[in-house]
Amino acid sequence: MTTTTTEPTTGSTEPETAPVRRRRRSGGGLGSYLLVRFLLIFPTIFILVTTVFFLMRSTGDPITAALGGRLPADQLQERIEAAGYDRPLFSQYLDYLGGIARGDFGTTISDNREVTEVLTTFGTATLELTVYALIVAFLVGIPLGQLAAYMRDRLPDAALRIFAILCYATPVFFAGLLLKLVFSVQLGWLPVAGRASTRTEIELQQLDGQTGIYLIDALRTGNGEVLRDVLEHAVLPAVALGLLTAGVFLRLVRTNVIGTLGSGYVEAARSRGVGEYRLLRKHAYRPALIPIITVIGMQIAMLLVGAVLTETTFEWKGLGFQLAEYLQSRDFVAVQGIVALLAVIVAVTNFIVDVIAALIDPRVRY
Amino acid sequence: MATATTAPSGARRRTWRQLPVVQQLRQSVGLQRGMLVAGLVLTGVFVLTAVLAPLLAPYEYGQLRDADGPFGAQQSPSGDHLLGTTVGGYDVLSRVIWGSRTALYVIVVAVLMSIVIGVLLGLVSGYFGGWLDRVLVVIADAIYAFPSLLLAIIVAIVISGGQSSLWGGILAAAISITVVFIPQYFRVIRAETVRIKSEAFVESARVIGASNWRIMLRHVLRNATRTLPLILTLNASEAILTLAGLGFLGFGIEPTSGAEWGFDLNRSIADVSSGIWWTSLFPGLGIVLVVLGLTLVGESLNDLADPRLRTRRRVSAQDAPVGLAEVAVVPGGTLGAADGLDGLEHGGGAR
Repeated sequence: MTTTTTEPTTGSTEPETAPVRRRRRSGGGLGSYLLVRFLLIFPTIFILVTTVFFLMRSTGDPITAALGGRLPADQLQERIEAAGYDRPLFSQYLDYLGGIARGDFGTTISDNREVTEVLTTFGTATLELTVYALIVAFLVGIPLGQLAAYMRDRLPDAALRIFAILCYATPVFFAGLLLKLVFSVQLGWLPVAGRASTRTEIELQQLDGQTGIYLIDALRTGNGEVLRDVLEHAVLPAVALGLLTAGVFLRLVRTNVIGTLGSGYVEAARSRGVGEYRLLRKHAYRPALIPIITVIGMQIAMLLVGAVLTETTFEWKGLGFQLAEYLQSRDFVAVQGIVALLAVIVAVTNFIVDVIAALIDPRVRY
Repeated sequence: MATATTAPSGARRRTWRQLPVVQQLRQSVGLQRGMLVAGLVLTGVFVLTAVLAPLLAPYEYGQLRDADGPFGAQQSPSGDHLLGTTVGGYDVLSRVIWGSRTALYVIVVAVLMSIVIGVLLGLVSGYFGGWLDRVLVVIADAIYAFPSLLLAIIVAIVISGGQSSLWGGILAAAISITVVFIPQYFRVIRAETVRIKSEAFVESARVIGASNWRIMLRHVLRNATRTLPLILTLNASEAILTLAGLGFLGFGIEPTSGAEWGFDLNRSIADVSSGIWWTSLFPGLGIVLVVLGLTLVGESLNDLADPRLRTRRRVSAQDAPVGLAEVAVVPGGTLGAADGLDGLEHGGGAR
């Protein structure tokens, strides 16, 4: 698959010449892998954007969907013509593709903003939430997965596996609601919703050159109260979303550590008298963590979906919250734009993750 | 290789034992058996509840009043309403019970459709190859990488324009889920087909002069289905989560035309802030228990099919287990031990 490209030099730095030919036939080096992987981004985005466009347009034009029944027929027609929705579908499609190539994902109907502007305004909030969630997932999933593998088939293992399945089985929004019920309403420890309290929001607004990432902004104010407020608001959403991924990590790490624990080199190390602790840390756990990097790629899509639902639950004003709002107001241009944008983000992050995986683990390069 | 397990065994009892879940149930021991049984029980209870909903539910899903007048909104659990009433004045218990029926409909329709389409596409694509195969693979990969709920939202908009009647809503949810799942079946069946079609028995069938369709359906498909029960259970649980997610975002079935857990959860967000727990807890538990049950079954099937994860019967126990399923093909790339070659040859590490 990868042999078509112009990458004859990679791999030939090796001193031996005989295997080089064979290696090239079976898939070339890192360079050609990266190139092919990079080129694959474009058909992916193209297919998704095309699918979304034709699906959305098969319901009719977005103006009628958003404003139908609220405007008289002639005004409606006027706006449809102004926006160009009366033209042949295919020329609309070409325009749309051209727009995307220029980075223009359309303008929302309900509040007349550019979709890319919506992204820059609300994307940071989603990014912040996703990063917190990933941290929770790492902190919870990896150690527990290692523990479960070490205690395999004993009680802690059983309990941890049930926990992992429960993490998966609980929809993020239900987990969020439960966390809210317990920690916000019953115990009163943490705020119910939002990214920060009103006073903090105002304080952050006064900052010039806001990043939109509240944690960074709060650090820049140098105000302990503000920082604490921002962190307190982040705990519950991060845990709700993080547990979802933590369950996946837990199961993955468990499976892989069981694999490495049973492998030859661990037996060999044990027979050489390597201590049990060192054996686990250096020999069993480390190689078991590599597949996690690959899985993170797949998790990004899941995290984004989770973020949409978590944001709605916690009124976390991010991209997902905004998407839900647009869905409610039937602003399908906005929905289409955000979804197409997310498709691009997913495709690009998947590429980055694959590159990192290929750099770390040579077996990934095909 | 794969044919060995389907060797003609004659006796009917043997064939019964080789049914997907039954076989695993016999094969499992200890904790794994416990998980499988627990999953089967939960799933069974769910199906029974769904089937018997009219008998079990004290009220209709859309019922707002009885002979004594309206139920009243947000009533806490009491003798009349064991689980209280919602903000809209519906009986929570009844809606939870009726919700299981909606969920079952969606699972059945979605899984059936995606299996039929996905398997067919996978077979054709893998068997004939060529440009069609390449195009389909790229499309399937693109859709597979895409956030499933977002795609489901788009399809739901297309089909129902948002909200709708019971069957409209069920179909909308089911079709959106189908679109998301087809790539998974496609990938698995295609991979198996590509592997199987180079086997000798396919070659010989072709020599005899069997038609392409006959080879595909008789020789390839029959040997390519061993991972289907596993994907099926995992997909069924994912279907529930997607349905609930759609409902939670307001793409559910209108409360007057059916009960749906995700939609009810959406309506309960505001309740939570004022300490009303019963409107969210019970529909949520419904989702969790059903998904838990299905996942336990799927998870157990996965472990039992993977020699590295299967707990073996203690060696002393009777004869060696013969005819176990071979190495697992972890479906749809989920949590697979990515490259487990090092582990595989030492199957199970003996502990």
